[in-house]
Amino acid sequence: MRERILYGLGAVAAALLVRNIWKLLTGLPDEAFQGAIFRIIFFHVPAAFTSFTCFLCALIAGIAYLKSKNLKWDSFGVSVTEVGLAFGAANLISGMIWARIIWGIWWTWDWRLTSMLICWLLYAGYLVLRRAIEEPTERARLSAVMSILSFSVVPFVFFSIKWFRTQHPQPVLFGDGKMDTGYRVMLYSNWIPLLMFAAILVAVRMMQERRQREIDALRRAAHAF
Amino acid sequence: MRFLRQTLTVAAKDLRSELRTKEALNASLSFALVILLLFSFAFDPTADTTREISGGLLWLVFAFAGALILNRSFARELENDCLDALIASPVPGPALFLGKALANYVLLLGIEVVCLPVFGVFYNVHVAGQPLWLALVLLLASWGVSVVGTLFSALTVNLRLRELMLPMLVYPMLIPCLMAAMQLTTPLLAGQPLQGDLLAWMRMLIGFDIIFTSLALVLIDTVLIG
Amino acid sequence: MSALAVEGVWKFYGDYPALRDISFEVEPGQCVALLGRNGAGKTTLLRVLAGLSRASKGGVKVFDRDTLDRDARSSIGIIGHGIAIYDELSALENLRLFAALYSLDDPAKTALHWLERTGLERVKDGLVREFSRGMRQRLAVARAFLHNPRLLLLDEPFTALDDRAIALLQGLLRDALKAGGTVLMSTHQLREALELATNVVLISRGKLAHQGPRTQEMLDDPGYLYRTYGEA
Repeated sequence: MRERILYGLGAVAAALLVRNIWKLLTGLPDEAFQGAIFRIIFFHVPAAFTSFTCFLCALIAGIAYLKSKNLKWDSFGVSVTEVGLAFGAANLISGMIWARIIWGIWWTWDWRLTSMLICWLLYAGYLVLRRAIEEPTERARLSAVMSILSFSVVPFVFFSIKWFRTQHPQPVLFGDGKMDTGYRVMLYSNWIPLLMFAAILVAVRMMQERRQREIDALRRAAHAF
Repeated sequence: MRFLRQTLTVAAKDLRSELRTKEALNASLSFALVILLLFSFAFDPTADTTREISGGLLWLVFAFAGALILNRSFARELENDCLDALIASPVPGPALFLGKALANYVLLLGIEVVCLPVFGVFYNVHVAGQPLWLALVLLLASWGVSVVGTLFSALTVNLRLRELMLPMLVYPMLIPCLMAAMQLTTPLLAGQPLQGDLLAWMRMLIGFDIIFTSLALVLIDTVLIG
Repeated sequence: MSALAVEGVWKFYGDYPALRDISFEVEPGQCVALLGRNGAGKTTLLRVLAGLSRASKGGVKVFDRDTLDRDARSSIGIIGHGIAIYDELSALENLRLFAALYSLDDPAKTALHWLERTGLERVKDGLVREFSRGMRQRLAVARAFLHNPRLLLLDEPFTALDDRAIALLQGLLRDALKAGGTVLMSTHQLREALELATNVVLISRGKLAHQGPRTQEMLDDPGYLYRTYGEA
């Protein structure tokens, strides 16, 4: 049953994505200054949104695990973190491609690129920490703490880096970024399939985690005698 | 009152054992000096451009040297299973944590006080241009480093590759704190007073200290008792 | 009021239950031998009892207080696998430290008293690092007893000790029991433990297999317990 829902969700996401790409290529005119490459923003920005949605979910999972000690929350936490990292990487890489074409350089220490990179490193640290702990309950507890700490430092990272340097088209969501309404609608409507895609990945990873826990418990039971 | 006394007992214990062996202190100080020396090859120590990044250099040295101190903090409790005896005692987790953080704070400040004049001599910087402001920045930023570092020292104490894990996890977490310290230290070393935008960094530093001290106190029991 | 009440304790490692629904009570003045094979869960249980580890389900009460409650801990003394003594501090400093952590009235006096009792007053200012194995063990025993705990939790206390330390520990345990104290110890040394024990608790694969008074058959033939209550 669960698998059928996932397939269904996947089909809808794929259909939406195809429709969006079609509209992007045929419906929208090139942007005046940037040319065709500007279309990358419709993946670049939603990927960042998706990534931070995932990290927010990881925070909730961390708190919920510490409250309930239910290992399902730990599975959820690690799954959303991994998917968040994947979308974070997509955001960084699409940004780099855009920067190469518009600015002529792969990387610039602009505040949003830098902040995203730091967040990425923080959550990559979460995964490294998990690798180093063998016992599942201890792993769940310490990584929940790590997740809470990571999310708490994110606002500090953003503000400090922003004060440190600014050289990026202004923010889309907050502040005075100007964006045509048509573009804006396109941006959000592309976020929806990406979120659905992320949800599918999380669900699949959670099933893997559950099996992993079963295997681990069986192994422990076998070694106990 | 009892809480405070227990905190100070733990801090005094840590300082006494560290000052007796000087294991972490010696390693950390010589490491700091080595980095200061290495930086002189990377940047022309007498150039004006180097003076513009002096705050950054200084705090990198402190951060690297600090990791050695922080690593020892909880690792010291592992020999003979002393950590179990501490946790099983009536000392609350937050008192234990604050005691250890305080000891690390004192050690870290000690290293900074030694490194500062050495840095001034090697890099031809007048370090005492704004002594009070500089002291305030050192006090605030070192507390941030100690609190976050001590929490991670507790978090990683039972892990494989603990020595590698701690800096890997702590440095990204400390970026806002270190960045603020760097931004504030550079003009202070050039003898300029703090004003305008720089005060925003000061607020950020204070906010960082408050938030992470509270988080650490809330989370420490979860970290210590599995 | 029982000295120790274990109420339906479960401990999970992931999905694997290391302790399964363990419940028993220990009355003041009893000396309980906690028995079981390697890996049966003795150390895990003792860590939960001492508040070093949280039960996944259920709870532990020490003199009617939750063992995770910091005040309950003043009445518990523990001896674990390590000696829990700082090598780089002197004998006196070690005992004074723990006396202060337990908020005793006069830490220095208590520390000196226990150094005398364990025959270490001559070397009170010597660093523990320079002590012989036996001296360190006696100091560890003093560390566990110095706050006059009403409940002693000992994990394999006789395994690492030399003869003199065993004699010291047995003497102190007898004194504590006579004074109404309570002892729970896990052990492999069945003879030493059963001689002292008034009750036994046997756990097997994380479950409580038997609980009851120590009987004469157990003393005559230590294998009897395992044959009767343990699995093959």
